[in-house]
Amino acid sequence: MSISDFVRDASRWMQEEGPHSDIVISTRIRIARNLRDIPFPLLANEAQSEEVLNAVRQAVESPAFAEKGRYEILPLRDVEDVDRQALVEKYLISPSLVEHARRGAVVLRDDEEVSIMVNEEDHLRLQVLLPGLQLREAWALANETDDLLEARLNYAFDDRYGYLTACPTNVGTGIRASVMLHLPALVVTQQINRVLSALGQVGLVVRGVYGEGTEAVGNLFQISNQITLGQSEEEIILNLDSVVRKIIEHEQSARHFLLNENREVIEDRIARSFGILAYARRLDSKETMQRLSDVRLGIDLGVIKGVSKNILKELMVMTQPGFLQKFHGAELAPGERDWRRASLVRERLQMDEGRI
Amino acid sequence: MICQECNQRDATVHFTKILNNTKQEFHLCESCAREKGDVMMKSFGSPGFGTNPFGEPAFSFQNLLSGLLGFETQGATPMSKGIQTQQGPKRCATCGLSYPQFAQLGRFGCADCYTTFENHLEPLVRRIHGGATAHTGKVPQRAGGRIKIKKQIEELRAELQQKISAERFEEAAVLRDRIHELERGVQGNSGEGV
Repeated sequence: MSISDFVRDASRWMQEEGPHSDIVISTRIRIARNLRDIPFPLLANEAQSEEVLNAVRQAVESPAFAEKGRYEILPLRDVEDVDRQALVEKYLISPSLVEHARRGAVVLRDDEEVSIMVNEEDHLRLQVLLPGLQLREAWALANETDDLLEARLNYAFDDRYGYLTACPTNVGTGIRASVMLHLPALVVTQQINRVLSALGQVGLVVRGVYGEGTEAVGNLFQISNQITLGQSEEEIILNLDSVVRKIIEHEQSARHFLLNENREVIEDRIARSFGILAYARRLDSKETMQRLSDVRLGIDLGVIKGVSKNILKELMVMTQPGFLQKFHGAELAPGERDWRRASLVRERLQMDEGRI
Repeated sequence: MICQECNQRDATVHFTKILNNTKQEFHLCESCAREKGDVMMKSFGSPGFGTNPFGEPAFSFQNLLSGLLGFETQGATPMSKGIQTQQGPKRCATCGLSYPQFAQLGRFGCADCYTTFENHLEPLVRRIHGGATAHTGKVPQRAGGRIKIKKQIEELRAELQQKISAERFEEAAVLRDRIHELERGVQGNSGEGV
């Protein structure tokens, strides 16, 4: 494996379906860990950052790791800008790691389900990313990988405060469990704000698709736990899981309502969006996401037949600027991007035999 | 020097504000400084975080966090960059971070900061984590062993006290030796791999 393999193809979570994948796009668990005797990345000097990377390298190259899959260690300084961007767009690294590219690195498992960011805000940010709603499975995998790391690394752990993190908002379990949901019917029926505003009361928070402070596009919402201390990992996951299942129920009944009470309106909207994606010559990213959301709803409602459900997941990543440039093989001006994006979307739709 | 705001208490907070090339000096007591800090935070936003096109402070997590922190600290408001109290701020011996710096960055510098700033930490953590102040989740295996031994030592100490009160000194001596042995083990363990 090399960097080019990771930034060329769709990840497994994009190509495979998971439980409840009509509504849940993906499940992600991220845990923050630090080494005991080295300052956190913010204050670590170059030699210390290198020490962290070497310690992680040794742990990952141990035989116990090899049993679980093939791992590649990529120092970001060796990765080109456009490839860094593609890794962000695939959710394998954070924009913040790119800012720390001089010292940052990422460890990727070949199936891209497990990744470890090194020297981001914390020394280690271990991530598991799975399709559909699989919080327990994701935690099991994260937990197991964490054990393998801990066998070789001296973690900063306090009897009272748990795993110590650079930011006190992550202290304790260091866990951020999040689920990406596609909720078009709740948006159309204007129930979304009511649903989302209740989340704060149960310790959950909503973010945009590309992290904190980003806008919710394409009716996609990322819901995650806010609190990391005072609850066990299992409690945190159970809480999120049960809330997500409630939201799924709400979205399903809103979809039924649309089909039964507003069929013409919703069919028209879906068919128009399908037509635009199939024939348009220029598409900006915001419109692409909105139309893809409509098309995906159309597939889920049985209005559109013959198109893969995964088209939303695949194209939401592959139409991002970094990937467009990868496909094109050269830098693209923003205007050119819209042209390229439209042709990519058309080509992808032609691979399936879609009909309405 | 007397506080220029209330003219009553001693001025212990001194800072300089420079806005549009106009320099203004403030000499305030801690409680007036905190009030002033709040007002300035509202009108200018906290430094370094920028404003939105309407001139209002941009809402950011750091902003919120330093708000919380400012509330906690004695005299160090979120404007702490320009503020120096008469005693220099306490610094972490390991990484050199001071609490005002932490308040500004919203990040600790190393694991030892959690011990250095222990006194400030509990109310802050309580506020962030919905009242919780102690970890109840996963324990790494190595630390897990250490915690078990610490518990055991506590139990033995309680037993030792009972033996002493009951004047059973021979048994007490055995317990004492056992405790010493365990304590050496804990120190040895935590030093491992350093």
